[in-house]
Amino acid sequence: MVYRMSSFEIIKREDFSDVTYLLEVRHPMMAKAAKPGQFVIVMLNEHGERIPLTIADFDRKEGTITLVIQAVGKTTKEMQRECRVGTSLYAMVGPMGIPSPISHAKKVVCVGGGLGVAPVYPQARAFKEAGAYVIGVLGFRNKGLVFWEDKFRACCDEFIVCTDDGSAGIKGLVTEGIKLAISKHADIDEVIAIGPPIMMKGCAETTRPHAIKTMVSLNPVMVDGTGMCGGCRVKLGDQVKFACVDGPDFDGHLVDFDDLMTRLRRYTKAERIALERWEANCRMQQQIDAASASLGVSASTVKA
Amino acid sequence: MATKKKTIRNIPQERTPMRERDPKERAKNFEEVACGYGLEDALRESERCMLCPDEPCIAGCPVGINIPGFIQKISENKFRDAYDILTDTNLLPSICGRVCPQENQCEGVCTVGDSLEPVAIGRLERFVGDTAIKEGWINIPYIEPNRHRVGIVGSGPAGMACAADMAKAGCDVTVYEAFHQPGGVLRYGIPDFRLPNEVIDAEINNLKKLGVKFECNTLVGRLFTIEQMIDEMGYHAVFVGVGAGYPTMLGIPGDSLNGVLSANELLTRCNLMRAKDFPDFDTPMPPARHVAVVGAGNTAMDAMRVSLRLGAENVYCIYRRSRKEAPARAEEIHHAEQEGIQFNWLTNPVSVLDDGKGNVRGMRCIRMELGEPDDSGRRRPVPIAGSEFDFETDLIVYAIGTNANPIMGQTSKLKLNKWGYIGTDEQLATSVAGVFAGGDIVTGAATVIEAMGAGRKAARSMKAYLGIRDPGLPYVGVGGPGTLFGIDIKEKNFARVRIA
Repeated sequence: MVYRMSSFEIIKREDFSDVTYLLEVRHPMMAKAAKPGQFVIVMLNEHGERIPLTIADFDRKEGTITLVIQAVGKTTKEMQRECRVGTSLYAMVGPMGIPSPISHAKKVVCVGGGLGVAPVYPQARAFKEAGAYVIGVLGFRNKGLVFWEDKFRACCDEFIVCTDDGSAGIKGLVTEGIKLAISKHADIDEVIAIGPPIMMKGCAETTRPHAIKTMVSLNPVMVDGTGMCGGCRVKLGDQVKFACVDGPDFDGHLVDFDDLMTRLRRYTKAERIALERWEANCRMQQQIDAASASLGVSASTVKA
Repeated sequence: MATKKKTIRNIPQERTPMRERDPKERAKNFEEVACGYGLEDALRESERCMLCPDEPCIAGCPVGINIPGFIQKISENKFRDAYDILTDTNLLPSICGRVCPQENQCEGVCTVGDSLEPVAIGRLERFVGDTAIKEGWINIPYIEPNRHRVGIVGSGPAGMACAADMAKAGCDVTVYEAFHQPGGVLRYGIPDFRLPNEVIDAEINNLKKLGVKFECNTLVGRLFTIEQMIDEMGYHAVFVGVGAGYPTMLGIPGDSLNGVLSANELLTRCNLMRAKDFPDFDTPMPPARHVAVVGAGNTAMDAMRVSLRLGAENVYCIYRRSRKEAPARAEEIHHAEQEGIQFNWLTNPVSVLDDGKGNVRGMRCIRMELGEPDDSGRRRPVPIAGSEFDFETDLIVYAIGTNANPIMGQTSKLKLNKWGYIGTDEQLATSVAGVFAGGDIVTGAATVIEAMGAGRKAARSMKAYLGIRDPGLPYVGVGGPGTLFGIDIKEKNFARVRIA
C-alpha cells in the first residue's frame, strides 16, 4: 500500500560534474518553513533507504527546495540516474534539525568543501542579510568541479577558492584559505565550516589556536531523523548528542571527529554490496536494451 | 430453553491452547508466531467465561471493553455482534488482541483465573478482529458532519484511537505522520511475526473509511508548528500523540562503538525499512553472530527475536534484575525462551570492549543479587564484588527505555514537565488552549492499549472543548444512571420529578 503526503516533483536538474548534481524539488510548505542549516530526509522509491541531505537553498516564492547531491553510494548514484525533471521522489520529509543560529557576528568566514559548498551558501546569504562582513572560502579538487561561484560572489565581501591542484584560485586545502583570511583579518568572530568530516576537523584545528568560534554541520548515518533511533549520535566533549534533533550544527572545537568518522564507516560493507549489485543490474539492463534495440523491439515492451 | 448456569466446575477446565509455529522453524523467518484461534477453539474458549456478575475484566481493561458481552456473542455463534460490541470501545481488536499485556489487565483479574487458568480474552479478541478483517466487516456509524477540524500529530496507537473517536463525532480529522507510512510504533517497532503489516493496514483502512485523512512525510513542529495548526491552518483542536522516542544509552565506556545501537534503530531498520530483505531493500542491517540485548521489556524481546531471525547464532539477554521483575509480557518471554534466547538474569553491563578498530568485540558484565525493595517496589539489584566476566559479541542492542522526544518542546510553547514530557491536566489538556496530548509523550513509555486509552480520553475532552455532545453515549448528567435528563426512566408521571 502506498501512502504519500503529495508528490515531490523534481522541477529542475543541473549537473555540476560527473558526480555532483542539483535537484530542485517542489514542496511549497517546506520552502516556507526551511531555514539555513536544516536538512531533509529523502527516499527515492519504496525500496529505498532514508538519506539525510542538507538543504542547499530554498525559494519561498517558487515553493522549491534545492538539494545538491554527490553520487557516491548506491542511492545517490541511482538518484543521479533516475531523477529527471518531471519525475518524483517517493518521500521527502523536513525541514529537520535546529536551524543554524545566525549570530550577530560582524565578520564571518563561511567555509565549504566539496559537497559542503552547497549547504554553506544559505548561511553565507543569511549572514550577509544580517549585515555581517562575509568571507567565503570554497574548496574543490580541481577547476572542473567548481560550482556556484557566481552565487557566492553575490553574497560574499571576499571570496577565496582553493583547489587541490591549483587549477583555480589558490593551491591547497580550505585550511589554507582560512589561514589566509585570518592573516588578513584579526577580527574574525566566527567560522562556519561544512564539508567532509576530515575537512571540518582540519578547520576546527586551524581556528583552535586563534580561539575563533567554529561551527560545523554534521551529517552522520540516520534512519528517521526525528530523534527516535539514536543512530546519529555524536560525541561532544563528554556528552552524547543526536545530530538530528540536537544539531546538526555543533561547536567544532568540542566535536569528537575521530569517533564520527569511525561511526560513518559502520555500514561500509553493506553499502558496497548494494552498490555492486545495483551496478551489475544496470549493466544487465543496458545489455537487454541493446539487444532489444538490435532486434527492433522497443525496450519498454521487453520490460513489460 | 434457558441455558444451564455456568459454574467453575462445569466450564471447560483447561485453557484452549493457541497453535504456534514450531520454535526452530519460526526463528528463521518473520511469519507470525501465534496462529490465532480457529472457530472451534474460539467457541470452546468462550464457554469458559462464566459471565460472572461483577465483571472485573471490564474494570481491568484500560478502555473498558464489554468483555463478557462479546464473549457471550461468540458462544452464541454471533460473531458479527461480538465485533460490534468490541468496536464500541476498541477500534483495533486485531492489534490489541496481539499486543496487550492481558495478564496484567483483563486476564489478571478474571474470576475464572482465581481457581483455573483465566479465560483467554486476548486470543478471543484477536479471533473476532481477524474474522472481521477476513470478512471485510466494518462499523461505520451514522456520522453527522460538523464544522470542526481536528489535527492529530502522530499516527501511532494514541493518535489512531483519538482520530477514530473524533471522526465518529463528525469532525474533519487529519492525522500527520513523520515517517512515510502510518502506524507509529505498530509499524516501526513491533515486528511482523508479532503483528503482521496486513493487520495494521486493515485497521488504518478502517479509519480511512471513517473519513480520517492520513498525511505522511510531515514532521509537525518543523514543517509547521502546533501553534500554526491552530492559528493559521484552521484546526479547532489538536491532539499530540508523538510517542516518547528518544532512546536511552547506558553511558558506559564503549557506548559509541560501531555495533552498539538502540533497539529502536534495530527494529526500525528491520520492520519499517525492511532491512531483513536487504539488498532488495536498500537499508542494511548487517548480520551478527553473537548479539547481546540489554533489557527485558517487550522491546528487548522483539530485538532479540529479530536478531535471531536475521541469522544470529547466539542471542543473549542481559538484565540486571531477575525474571520475576522483567517487564515483558509473559508470552513474549516464553516465546523467546522457546526460540533459544539465552537469558542472563541478574547481570549488569560494565563496559563494551572494542577490537581496536572502533568495532564491538565483546562485553564485560557483572553479576548482581537482589537487595532491599526500591521506590518501584521491586527489589534493588546490587553488584556482587569481583564477579565481572567478559564474553564475545559483535552487536549490542540497548533496550533500556526512552526519554521524551525534544522536538515538541523545541518548537512550541507547550509546557513540559521536569522530565521533558508534555504536561497535561487530568483531562489531558495541555497549557495551550485547544491542544491536547496523550500516550507516551505524556506518561513516558507504556503500552499500546494505554496509549489508545489516552487517545480516547483526550477525544472525550476535545469533544467537550468543541461543544460536541457524543450521540453514541446515553445522556446521563444529573440524576445518575437509570435516569433520562435527570428523570427516573421508570417514573410514570414526569411532572412530579424535579431536576435537582
